Amino acid sequence: MTELTWLRPDRGLLRLRRLECLLYLGLPLTGVSAVIAYVAGSAAGVGAALLTVGLVGLALTAVERRFHAWGYAEREDDLLVRRGALVRRLSVVPYGRMQYVDVTAGPLDRRLGLARVTLHTAAAASDASIPGLLAAEATRLRDRLAALGEARAAGL
Amino acid sequence: MTQADPQPELVWERLHPLTPLLRGGKFFLALAAIVGQQSFRQDVRPPAYVSGLTALLITGLAVLAGYVSWRRTGYRLTDSELQVDSGVLTRRSRRVPLARLQAVEVVRPVIGRVMGLAELRLEVVGSGSAEAPLAYLSESDAHELRARMLARSQGTSSESPVAPDEARVLVVVPPGTLVTSLLLAGSTVFLGVVLVAFLITAAISTDIAMAAAVGVISVVLPFGSALVKRFLTEYGFTVAETEGGLRLTRGLLDTRASSIPDGRVQGVRIIEPWLWRRRDWVRVEVDVAGYAAGQGEQTTSTALLPVAPRALGTALAARVLGTALPPAIARVPDRARWRAPLSHRRLAVGLDARHLVTTSGVVATTTDVVPLAKIQSIRLTAGPWQRRLRLASVHADSAGRRLKVGSARHRDQDEAVLLVEELSELARAARRA
Repeated sequence: MTELTWLRPDRGLLRLRRLECLLYLGLPLTGVSAVIAYVAGSAAGVGAALLTVGLVGLALTAVERRFHAWGYAEREDDLLVRRGALVRRLSVVPYGRMQYVDVTAGPLDRRLGLARVTLHTAAAASDASIPGLLAAEATRLRDRLAALGEARAAGL
Repeated sequence: MTQADPQPELVWERLHPLTPLLRGGKFFLALAAIVGQQSFRQDVRPPAYVSGLTALLITGLAVLAGYVSWRRTGYRLTDSELQVDSGVLTRRSRRVPLARLQAVEVVRPVIGRVMGLAELRLEVVGSGSAEAPLAYLSESDAHELRARMLARSQGTSSESPVAPDEARVLVVVPPGTLVTSLLLAGSTVFLGVVLVAFLITAAISTDIAMAAAVGVISVVLPFGSALVKRFLTEYGFTVAETEGGLRLTRGLLDTRASSIPDGRVQGVRIIEPWLWRRRDWVRVEVDVAGYAAGQGEQTTSTALLPVAPRALGTALAARVLGTALPPAIARVPDRARWRAPLSHRRLAVGLDARHLVTTSGVVATTTDVVPLAKIQSIRLTAGPWQRRLRLASVHADSAGRRLKVGSARHRDQDEAVLLVEELSELARAARRA
């Protein structure tokens, strides 16, 4: 693994994950804090607000670390995908083993012009999936993988 | 049909004419059970002849529907695929490419055995849903069709159906051995302990025992029925060698004959339960790609050999994998005991040009084998605790779904990275071989 060049997801993925963090964690917690402040008085409300800020901050650092852990590298015969900050994972998927490639983009992803490329093999446990690719890069990767997969296909 | 029929001279064959009756009979039994249950209730009780007539009428309708569907179902075997057309209102036309065939199974349910009928099930790669099992055929038809399909899926002898009894028997598991092995199974011991504890409690105080009875029954029932089921399904287990692979026959009430074509095995597991060690017995399980075609309830069991002396078990594993297995000698570092205190002594890895062997286990020793040519992807994982100990796990994923084989856990970090490299190199070479 000497001349390996690791490519990374677009910076937009970090923005997306932060947005999700605020939307799905920050917003509900803020609501809950407001209710607590209303019901149990301002002291409890301040406590809840502090807790909210702490939790969201923690989630944001986790998101940041996970973003930096993402990477993928196209080798001659296989694709490497690494991910995970707490549990580190590295997947090696030979092109010849690919059954099909998926490109998916949710509503938020599309807003930011991002897409996720997923490789499927015949094994259920294979989990090579790369989120946060710019649409052009996602299409390039998909076409390249499909072409390589066809060229190197092997029977089960 | 849009395509031109490639082999118009092949006639469509029908399932066995007794099929609707057998299906209707099953239906009748189910109904009779419901009606019988109802008639025990006091509150609403229609006269016996009313419920009896209703049941008969419904069964008659079911048989009629079965007859119509039987009339509209046909199958035929071409050189390259099995074609099954069925359906009354919605027509369904299935084409199963024989090149994708992983295994074939002939199942004979108890009622079917009396009438000489059998069901044919197919296993195909990546089929999530039922692959149109052929139910029911006459036994001879089922065996002949299976032999022909297997022969064609292997690309050998396209004509001249293989005689069904060209098999050389390798192993027969004697009933006595099976019973002993089940008595020495972990769940039997567990059951015994629970029952003895219950009896002691009952001797001391009937009240407590009565209170605990429901709990005890709910524990005993599933374990007991699992043991009985294993006895019924694995009774008379016979492994025979045929031209293109192995054939397994087993079962006391419902009998099953399944075939494992050569080179379709995705993984092998050799299990040595603690209580079997004195006798040096092992159990061997295999995994092929794809789901069992029947899906749902009784999918193909994974057993290749329910119990046998170790030498025989490893020899059979080697037979099914093609070559002898490398020994698992590379142990994990001592510090792995902080992560896997109970099993770290048993964790080891062996690797040669064809297979990856891993061992693990807390009470039972488990040896897993993955043929390198079948590896779909390789993964390295390292959790926080593992990273602190500079450990990592390597997983070689194959297309088998019933056994989770190919995990080399808690290796030294640097060694794990090297192992991933080595595995992907060797797997690439093995694929091309």
